[in-house]
Amino acid sequence: MTYQDVSQFAQTYGLIYLFLLFIGMVIYAVWPGNKKRFKDASEIPLRED
Amino acid sequence: MIKHATLEKNSILLTVFVLIVVSIGGIVELAPLFYLESTIEEVEGMRPYTPLELAGRGIYIREGCYNCHSQMIRPLRDEHERYGHYSLAAESMYDHPFQWGSKRTGPDLARIGGRYSDEWHAAHMIDPRAVVPESVMPGYPFLATTALKTDDIADHLTANRMVGVPYTDDMIANAAADLAAQVDRDSDDLDALAERYPKTQVRDFDGNPEMISELDALIAYMQMLGTLVDFSSFKAEGQNLR
Amino acid sequence: MHILSVLIMALGAVLTALLAFQASDGVMSFHAALMALFFLVAIVLLHRRRGNLNTDGYEDGIIRAGAIASTFWGVVGFLVGLVIALQLAFPVLNFDLPWTNFGRLRPLHTSAVIFAFGGNVLLMTSFHVVQRTCQARLAGGWAPWFVFWGYQLFIVMAATGYVLGVTQSKEYAEPEWYVDLWLTLVWVVYLLVFLATLWKRKEPHIYVANWFYLAFIVTVAMLHIINNLAIPVSWTGTRSYGVWAGVQDALTQWWYAHNAVGFFLTAGFLAIMYYYVPKRAERPVYSYRLSIVHFWSLIFLYIWAGPHHLHYTALPEWSQTLGMTFSVMLWMPSWGGMINGLMTLSGAWDKLRTDPVLRMMVVSVAFYGMSTFEGPLMSIKAVNALSHYTDWTIGHVHSGALGWVAFVSFGALYHVVPIMWGRQRLYSLVLVNVHFWIATLGIVLYIAAMWVSGILQGLMWRAYDHLGFLEYSFAETVEAMHPFYVIRALGGLLFVIGSLVMAYNLWRTMRGDLRAEAVPVPLAPAVGAAS
Repeated sequence: MTYQDVSQFAQTYGLIYLFLLFIGMVIYAVWPGNKKRFKDASEIPLRED
Repeated sequence: MIKHATLEKNSILLTVFVLIVVSIGGIVELAPLFYLESTIEEVEGMRPYTPLELAGRGIYIREGCYNCHSQMIRPLRDEHERYGHYSLAAESMYDHPFQWGSKRTGPDLARIGGRYSDEWHAAHMIDPRAVVPESVMPGYPFLATTALKTDDIADHLTANRMVGVPYTDDMIANAAADLAAQVDRDSDDLDALAERYPKTQVRDFDGNPEMISELDALIAYMQMLGTLVDFSSFKAEGQNLR
Repeated sequence: MHILSVLIMALGAVLTALLAFQASDGVMSFHAALMALFFLVAIVLLHRRRGNLNTDGYEDGIIRAGAIASTFWGVVGFLVGLVIALQLAFPVLNFDLPWTNFGRLRPLHTSAVIFAFGGNVLLMTSFHVVQRTCQARLAGGWAPWFVFWGYQLFIVMAATGYVLGVTQSKEYAEPEWYVDLWLTLVWVVYLLVFLATLWKRKEPHIYVANWFYLAFIVTVAMLHIINNLAIPVSWTGTRSYGVWAGVQDALTQWWYAHNAVGFFLTAGFLAIMYYYVPKRAERPVYSYRLSIVHFWSLIFLYIWAGPHHLHYTALPEWSQTLGMTFSVMLWMPSWGGMINGLMTLSGAWDKLRTDPVLRMMVVSVAFYGMSTFEGPLMSIKAVNALSHYTDWTIGHVHSGALGWVAFVSFGALYHVVPIMWGRQRLYSLVLVNVHFWIATLGIVLYIAAMWVSGILQGLMWRAYDHLGFLEYSFAETVEAMHPFYVIRALGGLLFVIGSLVMAYNLWRTMRGDLRAEAVPVPLAPAVGAAS
């Protein structure tokens, strides 16, 4: 395996794959259905000591 | 009950996810360094440290010299003029661990070997401001008066071999003799020493023939730094991947 | 279970006692004796506590112990920092002795502030936050106490080792192989305690602060083990040789060290931000969605940034380029996190006026934003060519370490101590204010001095005279640093004084004293005021 092989893979499939993962994560975070769960979770520190 | 179990799994799942995510960068950056042949240049002249140099390197590490001195010359014009040829990866291939450093409170030492006399080094170690008035380096007078620990030097070579330094059986068997020979110009072992470790500098480094001191070892180490690679035969060729 | 614990401890005591007698050097003997003592005391305590281990409510004793340890190690670490700062300004203070020279004390300072102070703050707050956000008692019975005391033993072995000349010379990973093994053991128990507490939780959701703690614990374990792999010269001696060499070792080390910053000093302390800022401001975090994006992008990107410590070195150029690119990208999640922390106060900004503890936390987040802007800037190769090897790096580290890590820790300590000791409030809010201003002034002096000296140093090294020769000898550049080293030491002195003020304030709070002072009253809500 040479430097060229590795860098070519990283610059094409690797990039696309990781970018898709990132998009997926953002979609999960802003998905309307998750809104209430996140709202609840954000209140956790404020409930009792 | 089932719900609780899935929750338990979630924290495991979270742990596994975190591990995967934080592994990617390390794998992509670190792993190729071990199998891409372009990482370390082919050079003439590199050899493992002599037992005395290795012991001196141990002193260098023990006193934390790396906190203020780098051993890595960058390919920049001023560094080339101040310190010499830029450092090659091959020059630290036997360094466990590397001593590139991160800060130059004092100057770079990658090619300090041969720049100053042994006397200068000895005086400088004992009282830095006696030779460089502006220096902020601590004095290390105790190195000159402390005998070097030499009884386990063969074990040090063995441990180095286990992590990949090409010390031969011959080198390990003669480690203690080689160490003593390097500070003694009258030793009978000198030819064998030069055979095992080419370009070895032999003399009493600290100016005190009574004892092999820690200062002997440290100066021996510093005087060889940057002197091994033969730059007349080195050509930076091929695509510059580094 | 009890018998098993005692047996394990007894086995440990026997093995380490044997090692203490068989050791091939004095330091190993000393450290093995310390470990043996640790096991013996553990056996005695286990025996005395037998059967009446409290299992109700929260485990708060360990948080109190953590608060005391954090304060103690903080003051110690800052003091050693002041000493080495003075040594650089006045080298006579090295005393020409082995145990007091800069080369041995500098690792003592860095380890004391990062691992002793920072580490204890992380242990304390993680044990506090995980219990409160899970509404569950800390799991594992005596195991958390093993983690706490085992960690203190790690600190003592590391620190005494440095002073006695035992180091493997890898920055922020100086402890030798046997101390590394000990820490690994402690760390695995820490991870298990943390996970087991999560399993007991009554809340369905794992609060985001715990994600950051978990990432910190898991990643630090990975970094620590891989970077410290070594072969000891002798099983009864302190010295070892690392398995990595040269260029591979360099990148492994900086992959470790940069992520010690990323996961120890950032992810762990972001967890503190995500719990204590909302708690103190009495409102939920600005955007929980942003915190999820923040978390995953931060932990993914951070791990790549290590090569920026090796620009223009013998590290392959592709690796340097990757490191630079990811460092610049890292700016985004960092600022996302900063915005999330700061905006949590939206609608409650008046609290900054009345609550100096909250102010300390908010200023720490601002410093976080500043140093995470400076970091990507310095990772750009053209900038790095100037800044690398100079004091600029030291200044950058301290804007993060003093401004962000220490300030958010002080905020957490001021918040936790009155609660854990059941006091109505801190002994004195005026003293918190005093601490805040002294320390802030100290930081400003420190980083301003280092910016100037670093850039000056970098420029002097590359200056040419009109004949085309290098204009300055190295010694001349050292001489030029002197005034800035004095100013830096002054800044450090102020920071130490501030931490002593805090220690006094916390001690009086623990005792239950209340200083007679006007307690600021929050403004009445503005709602309806206009009518």
